[in-house]
Amino acid sequence: MNQLDKKFGEYGGMFVPELLIPALDQLEQAFIDAQQDESFQAEFMALLKDYAGRPTAMTLSRNLVSNPKVKLYLKREDLLHGGAHKTNQVLGQALLTKRMGKTEVIAETGAGQHGVATALACALLGLKARIYMGAKDVERQAPNVFRMRLMGAEVIPVDSGSGTLKDAVNEALRDWSANYDKAHYLLGTAAGPHPFPTIVREFHRMIGEETRAQMMEKEGRLPDAVVACVGGGSNAIGMFADFIEEPSVKLVGVEPAGKGLHTHEHGAAICTGSKGILHGTYSYIMQDKDGQIEESYSVSAGLDYPAVGPQHAHLHDTGRAEYVAITDDEALNAFQILARKEGIIPALESSHALAHALNMADEAEEDTIIVVNLSGRGDKDLAHVHSILGEK
Amino acid sequence: MGRYETMFAALSEKKEGAFVPFVMIGDPDKQTSIDIIDTLVEAGADALELGIPYSDPIADGPTIQKASIRALGEKITPADCFDIIKTIRTRHPDTPIGLLLYSNLVFAAGITQFYQQAADAGVDSMLIADVPLREASPFIEVAKQHNMDQILIAPPNANDETFQAIGENSSGYTYLLGRAGVTGAETEAAMPTDTLISKLTQHQVAPPLLGFGISKPEQVKAAIDAGAAGAISGSATVNIIESHLHDKAKMLSTLSDFVKNMKAATKQ
Repeated sequence: MNQLDKKFGEYGGMFVPELLIPALDQLEQAFIDAQQDESFQAEFMALLKDYAGRPTAMTLSRNLVSNPKVKLYLKREDLLHGGAHKTNQVLGQALLTKRMGKTEVIAETGAGQHGVATALACALLGLKARIYMGAKDVERQAPNVFRMRLMGAEVIPVDSGSGTLKDAVNEALRDWSANYDKAHYLLGTAAGPHPFPTIVREFHRMIGEETRAQMMEKEGRLPDAVVACVGGGSNAIGMFADFIEEPSVKLVGVEPAGKGLHTHEHGAAICTGSKGILHGTYSYIMQDKDGQIEESYSVSAGLDYPAVGPQHAHLHDTGRAEYVAITDDEALNAFQILARKEGIIPALESSHALAHALNMADEAEEDTIIVVNLSGRGDKDLAHVHSILGEK
Repeated sequence: MGRYETMFAALSEKKEGAFVPFVMIGDPDKQTSIDIIDTLVEAGADALELGIPYSDPIADGPTIQKASIRALGEKITPADCFDIIKTIRTRHPDTPIGLLLYSNLVFAAGITQFYQQAADAGVDSMLIADVPLREASPFIEVAKQHNMDQILIAPPNANDETFQAIGENSSGYTYLLGRAGVTGAETEAAMPTDTLISKLTQHQVAPPLLGFGISKPEQVKAAIDAGAAGAISGSATVNIIESHLHDKAKMLSTLSDFVKNMKAATKQ
């Protein structure tokens, strides 16, 4: 039986083949032990500080907001080594891999950001990485494929199904079913079967903890709202975790509305509200009436996932967090505004959060402090955005 | 007595094991699928294990994934699958029919509603590949209400706690995994060890059928010699369908020969 709670309200659970249960139990035990082990924590903290570059900066925007009542801060996860928040939890799970005496790491990746983070951590810690990536994504994200290979990871294109992220997750789970003895599945977001949503949250919660300390230092109070984009939901849960018990702080998750929620081309699982099981967890998912999983879509590959982490589903249902959706066009607009006004090129994922925060800033009638989790930088998106803007 | 109990009792009298082929319902199309399933029973299959096609089958290797994709390409829905099962049930009133599927298909309809439809179609058992024991109680409860067996999986890496829980909850048969990994004929099953069989006996689990990596008559014989009540062969059966997509007559005759050979190996 599980030692940690495997559910968030009605969501979560361990909907995986029986074969994987011992591996998940082993992971849960290793995580519990590591959380109480000072030497593990010291090593994790040292890597975050000296290798990854934590704490990340908190930047007050100078030119973004015209409403004088609003201060808009950016939590600069884009400055983290690897170019996105993903490095945090990958370092944590890579250390857990070693702690469990495993020598290999299996991972999935969509755009390649989690794959790159996994590859760098495995290079650093001497682990052998194999990374499943949809065949279509391998073509679309050639620079990240090269980065992973450069750092010694094996990249395996997945042809089955739609050849995108969800199929890469399926293939990673299949690999793990055969190789759990020596391999750890380093899942990339706060979704999947228990204990992954809890582990990923805890290994990202310094985002919110640093934000709290930085706000107290700069403003002497907590922010009124924190805003983060939500695909699977790892950067958002990392930002939210430390504020869940602070009712004065509004938690806002921004899903990808793609070409619009009225179309089939989006990735807004919570906003469209249908519940089911994908990749081992009960949550909001995109599906047809029979329960077949539908393809998601977003201009941002990191948000292009047809499900969401179970804790977000619960935070939505209890009303503790609010979830909204931003279209491709709105995100592309915010991407350009941040570049032009502040000299920062954000990831397309983070541009969704920024776009909504700018709307909130326009509408604010009282003094308001908003923090946007700028979860990643936009270098990886330059060619893509260039081609989209070129067409317009 | 349920159809599985009747079958195991009859086989035990004849000193035979069970041979159970698996195919995906609706693969490669609705009518051919009915003919395939008919052929399997007529060639001597003791029971049937039938899959409902699903978009994201994480416990399946390439062979069965492709069968799902072919069936989904024909727009086969769970409702179509129940129609096909009704046809098969009418023609073969005594053959145990098990469903093998994934949890989201059940959740989408609602557990009770889905089991009701399955029971109405004449299904005897449900095996949900991504529902481990730890998540199984709501399913076991609904299965009991509909006089169906919830099939539980005994993996090679299970601990005593798991075996005990299987013993307390299993009915129909127990799906004994021949190895780790996913379905597929590429990697052969390992035969159950004496220790494993004695654990299953000790915890009084429902009769164990060995599956995953079973493609040859010798393996069926070895499984039964080792103490299994029979064997399940999925990917090897589906491979025959895939190899003869353009020659239905040959497909059916090859399937028939395959089942006859596998069945012959169950006779001690």
